[in-house]
Amino acid sequence: MSSSTKIAIRLFCVLVAIWLVAPTLVIVPMSFTNKQSFAFPPTGLSLRWYEAFFTNPAWFGSFINSFKIAAIVAVVATAIGTAAAIGLERVKSRATGVIRAILLAPMIVPGVVLATGIYAVFLEQRLVGSYLGYIVAHAMLALPFVLITVGANLAVFDPRLETAASSLGANRLTVFRTVTMPLILPGMLSGMLFAFVTSLDEVVVALFITSPQLRTLPVQVYTSITKDADPTVAAVGTLIFAITTTVIVAGLVLGPKAKRMFQ
Amino acid sequence: MKYANITVPKPFKSGGSGSEAFAQVLRSQWLLIAPALALLAVAMVYPLAKVVFSSFSQPEAGFHNYVWFFSTPVNLAVLQRTFTVAACVTMVCLVCSYPYAYLMTAVGPRTRLLLLICVLVPFWVSGVIRTFAWIIILQDSGLINKALGMVGLGPVRLIRTPLGVAIGMIQVLLPFAIMPLYAVMRGIDLRLVQAAQSLGATPACSFVQVYLPLSLPGVFGAGTLVFILALGFYITPVLLGGPSSSMISNLIQQQILSMLNWGTGGAMGVILLVSTFGFLALVSPIMRKRYQTTGGSR
Repeated sequence: MSSSTKIAIRLFCVLVAIWLVAPTLVIVPMSFTNKQSFAFPPTGLSLRWYEAFFTNPAWFGSFINSFKIAAIVAVVATAIGTAAAIGLERVKSRATGVIRAILLAPMIVPGVVLATGIYAVFLEQRLVGSYLGYIVAHAMLALPFVLITVGANLAVFDPRLETAASSLGANRLTVFRTVTMPLILPGMLSGMLFAFVTSLDEVVVALFITSPQLRTLPVQVYTSITKDADPTVAAVGTLIFAITTTVIVAGLVLGPKAKRMFQ
Repeated sequence: MKYANITVPKPFKSGGSGSEAFAQVLRSQWLLIAPALALLAVAMVYPLAKVVFSSFSQPEAGFHNYVWFFSTPVNLAVLQRTFTVAACVTMVCLVCSYPYAYLMTAVGPRTRLLLLICVLVPFWVSGVIRTFAWIIILQDSGLINKALGMVGLGPVRLIRTPLGVAIGMIQVLLPFAIMPLYAVMRGIDLRLVQAAQSLGATPACSFVQVYLPLSLPGVFGAGTLVFILALGFYITPVLLGGPSSSMISNLIQQQILSMLNWGTGGAMGVILLVSTFGFLALVSPIMRKRYQTTGGSR
């Protein structure tokens, strides 16, 4: 390839990278503005929107709600999804292809259509604005991610290890606890992380099944954006960005170290 | 490696054939799948069935909701806009992500990590907040218009236009195009391109004849995924668009939450659902054929 083409490709990719990253970076300076407006760049600096986030119950309360729901959803979806992934790997039936397609469907079905149906069912069952409602809906949406990550681990898992363990007298629970689970743990953990983030971030279904009493953070962000110019949104975004960056950088730095420690 | 038949617990011999069959079910691996299926039945299948049912039964039984949808010009305009925006977004996503994914395969591990981080950063902040960031950038007195003003160009109306919606949607959907493309391109043996060039092919010719066909499964996969996701987009059109750029998802929300029209909202939902799965059914045979002719991908 000629060097001018190479340079052109590189320049183009830099532009794409800016497109991807810039919106995220814009919210950081925005969050330190001292005025109640979205004028950019901000004319003065203050921490008042961070204070607003932690002191206003509408913001901090919805954050706590989201966190609780996401934590439960992560556990529930990982348990159900791991079991299903193992089952799908073992069952010998022509139906498994269909079942796998059904279990992955929540990724494809348009969010608003799902939300409409869930809203109708929840109205009937009095689940609108309840913890149980959010957990059921979000666990369903998170299930495909667990299925995919655990499935990827199971695809390279040697089932003879299980046979060996049970031939040595281990019962099924012991086999799972001591042989299967340690080997598929990376998949389970990344599935759990995906499930957590899916629930924490989910807004379309949440907008339908929300109630003034139990509101999640994305719904609070959405209503705030549509109602008034409140830079607290930017403060929330910056906080989330800082937390995830810390977690990911820590993972990148500590991951190899932890691995070496175990070896 | 089918091993369901060699997992150890031996069938215990007790009870009649009925309880024996029940015990068989209990021991079988189907039990592991049952909770997932139950969850899907409660939270997806039943709700979707309710949407379909209400579209044919509310306020009275019949096809009138569909007749109304297809005989109202506004609805058809929105449906057409949904498809147009989704198609444009898909095209731009593919054009932007193809060189990007290629570069990821061609550079050293450090640059690759940097490029990968740029793809993943959007996922670090929630979708609603990202759309909020686009409001700051695209608004009439926003970043882009200020930059244009500095070089003496008049303000451009971006927010509350289909163009603004598309700019925001593309940013959200780019990672979904880059990742499948990268996965396929990583598996392409670059020595094939070298071989073509050593036999006298120009760089352009070796790209069109060798590299492009090998990467097509990735293009189809990425395009399908992005198009389907774009069809159902909801948050970005609401926050970045105006009434003149609303998509079918927004109409559905309006019908259900503001107007409580379960019948018409349900009918629109069914139309969106059928469009999505119809498109999937349409392209999956083509994709399967592609995979066969190009020898698939890793």
